[in-house]
Amino acid sequence: MCDQTFLAITFGPCDNCTQNKPLMNIYLKNEPINYCSLCVELMACQALAKGETINTLKAESESLKAKLEEERAKLHDVELHQVAEKMEALGQFVMKTRRTLKGHGNKVLCMDWCRDKRRIVSSSQDGKVIVWDAYTTNKEHAVTMPCTWVMACAYAPSGCAVACGGLDNKCSVYPLSLDKNENLSSKKKSVAMHTNYLSSCSFTNSDMQILTSSGDGTCALWDVESGQLLQSFHGHSADVLTLDLAPSETGNTFVSGGCDKKANVWDMRSGQNVQSFETHESDINSVKYYPSGDAFASGSDDATCRLFDLRADREVAIYSKESIIFGASSVDFSLSGRLLFAGHNDYTINVWDVLKGTRVAILFGHENRVSTVRVSPDGTAFCSGSWDNTLRIWA
Amino acid sequence: MTINTLSQDGVQRQQMPCLTKMERMIISMQDPDMGIKLRNQRLLITVIPHAMTGIDIVEWLIKKFSISDEEALHIGHLFVKYGYIYPLKEPRHLILKADDSPYRFQTPYYWMSTCWPASELDYAIYLAKKNIRKQGELIEYEKECYNALHKRINHTWDFVVMQAREQLRASKQRRKADRIVLECQEQAYWLVNRPPPGMLDIINHVPERRTMNTRVQLNAEFYKKEIEHNRISLARNRIKSSICLESYVKYCEQYQPHDPIMQGCLPSNPWITDDVMFWHMNSEAVALPTKLRVERWSFSFMELLNDAMGRKEFLVYLEKEFSAENLCFWQACEDVRHGETSKIPEKVGEVYKQFLSPGASRWVNIDSKTMEKTLEGLKRPHRFVLDDAQMHIYFLMKKDSYPRYLKSDLYKNLLARAIVPQETKKSGFPFMRRQRHSSPSPALATQTAEDDGKAKNSNSVKQSNSGTASQL
Repeated sequence: MCDQTFLAITFGPCDNCTQNKPLMNIYLKNEPINYCSLCVELMACQALAKGETINTLKAESESLKAKLEEERAKLHDVELHQVAEKMEALGQFVMKTRRTLKGHGNKVLCMDWCRDKRRIVSSSQDGKVIVWDAYTTNKEHAVTMPCTWVMACAYAPSGCAVACGGLDNKCSVYPLSLDKNENLSSKKKSVAMHTNYLSSCSFTNSDMQILTSSGDGTCALWDVESGQLLQSFHGHSADVLTLDLAPSETGNTFVSGGCDKKANVWDMRSGQNVQSFETHESDINSVKYYPSGDAFASGSDDATCRLFDLRADREVAIYSKESIIFGASSVDFSLSGRLLFAGHNDYTINVWDVLKGTRVAILFGHENRVSTVRVSPDGTAFCSGSWDNTLRIWA
Repeated sequence: MTINTLSQDGVQRQQMPCLTKMERMIISMQDPDMGIKLRNQRLLITVIPHAMTGIDIVEWLIKKFSISDEEALHIGHLFVKYGYIYPLKEPRHLILKADDSPYRFQTPYYWMSTCWPASELDYAIYLAKKNIRKQGELIEYEKECYNALHKRINHTWDFVVMQAREQLRASKQRRKADRIVLECQEQAYWLVNRPPPGMLDIINHVPERRTMNTRVQLNAEFYKKEIEHNRISLARNRIKSSICLESYVKYCEQYQPHDPIMQGCLPSNPWITDDVMFWHMNSEAVALPTKLRVERWSFSFMELLNDAMGRKEFLVYLEKEFSAENLCFWQACEDVRHGETSKIPEKVGEVYKQFLSPGASRWVNIDSKTMEKTLEGLKRPHRFVLDDAQMHIYFLMKKDSYPRYLKSDLYKNLLARAIVPQETKKSGFPFMRRQRHSSPSPALATQTAEDDGKAKNSNSVKQSNSGTASQL
């Protein structure tokens, strides 16, 4: 026992398992490391090559990242706003609230459009999910989830079902019935199961598959009918907050953003992370593909929105202003991709000229954080949901 | 169901970048040369030192950031809401008035980033002080909080009262002017951190988000994967920025006439004029499509395939060319890829029978290598087994049939006949609203539409509460 007490002179987080334990301070190839005794044992038997340590691996990863940034910079021969100089500047920009949807009793967290261009589904903190005909402002369906903070909701492409989830760690699909007497909750189908909150969900091209992202750091593709996990995507090192499917011809990729400040592009078939971008300074709250599928925009807590090009493999534009203090919670493009709408935590919506990089307008109206912004499928309007319990349609 | 704690630390972490930015702005506002000119305000007979007016703040913000009045006022509001500036005339009204109402900067001691979260103990001491100083000075909700705290932290109540008495005694020894300022600062701090009911609580609780090191284990395996990923990324082919960025300009220019937000839409935007003609004219089953819609099919093959009417027209053309089986095959493959997992074997079997088997009624022309690979895969059918064949046929149509379709008479005639709708303006009378009819829900797969016909007449109050755009 006396031997042990001499060795355990520090107590703290182990470099390997990060648990707080008595640490052994040892040297490996002249590098000091602090492992707990269990990890020291494991290390001796682990698949570490001779002389490898966490620190050397980390250093190698960092140096590769630096080289990657160098390579990316080499082909950057012009800035976006320079290319856009020849374009006409946008004229007077007038957008007003055309509909205000009141009915949620608590913060609106998420919304999605139906392909019929006028219906929407929205979810809120108190567990309510409501389907509206935004044009008439009528509520058509309402479901109460068994959990609070329903952070994700999506409309099925057929318009016959909605998916939602949040603090229950699940994504559930509710078929929409028009029978007034039927309780929608009775037909509920549990599809996705994560080990932490569900942050975002989206149907792929049909009602049969759902893509989800979660606070457990992973994304996953599920088969709706059987609830089976088709593919999982590992690579984020913190909560994944958002995802968006690519509008490309082959329809096989999607992008996700998370609290590790990274935006990752994934191949849905293989589960591989094909591209990674790490230039934001804080959590990425929202990612959205440019309509052509060659780029995507992201909104972050660092109060900037950025544009990343997939073929050039780098960030190509930053949309920020000194007077914008609060983070962007949600972004979306107009139909032509010329405008970027960003909803912020300071209750405003900023509208950017994507190509010239200038702000075209700032929209006031909400009385609390704007949590979600989505342009309608035919581009005639966009909808914003806010913590002031309302949704607004702007055109 | 997992319970996630609504962590206060989490909120702090999320808000820190914003608070740092606000504090930087506040510091530059207090700069002796470039900041706001502080002066002594006269309020009746009292002189308030180190104060500024609301309009000073707004004007300084407008000049510094080149923004509009509305935006400057909005930012000013945020400063007051988050407690960096507090009003002197109506302390409970935490808003910024763009007139000569006096305001003062809060001392950094009470800033959100330094003195947060506000502890119950401190609040109890504050309320106790107020109570002792002037009996009955506590207002309604403060009295409730006081009683609640008294119950909750009863075990430390002696300490609370003692501290309160000590602080009061210490403050009595200060100059009157300093004492008043300190009291104002403390009151402002508590108004922000313990707002009265009905006032917006800026301490918004959200489900906790975690950063690196706590969700995913940063062990050897993680870093090895990262290294592998970085090596592959280094080897990837990149395209010059000038080429990539040029493509956005082209795309935006091409789609601008189709973007209703940018250029409006004909006959009119339904959301603005309450007239749904635009949606009717562009629906799937319309007799004659609009010119814009037909033009859009020529932008890319994907655009043609994404429009149901486009697909129909293309099929008619292909039938004339005796290659309609290509499009049918492609659609069947899409059905397999996106359909129910349980039906895959059955669907794949059907596809084989109709399109791939030797002597099939609608045999598709795939190169031998792909055909071999596909037939091999059909022995164990899975969702992606037809991908290669589908890709081959897709590119065949794209490179060959599609360009010829665009040059064909079929397409050109349709384009010539296509409609250009007339613009309908918004109703001349501002209060006359067109009736808004509901539309059949897509969830009505089999039922017949029960058309409401009931008008949804929203009242004209809508006009006044609409958000407005501020031009820069």
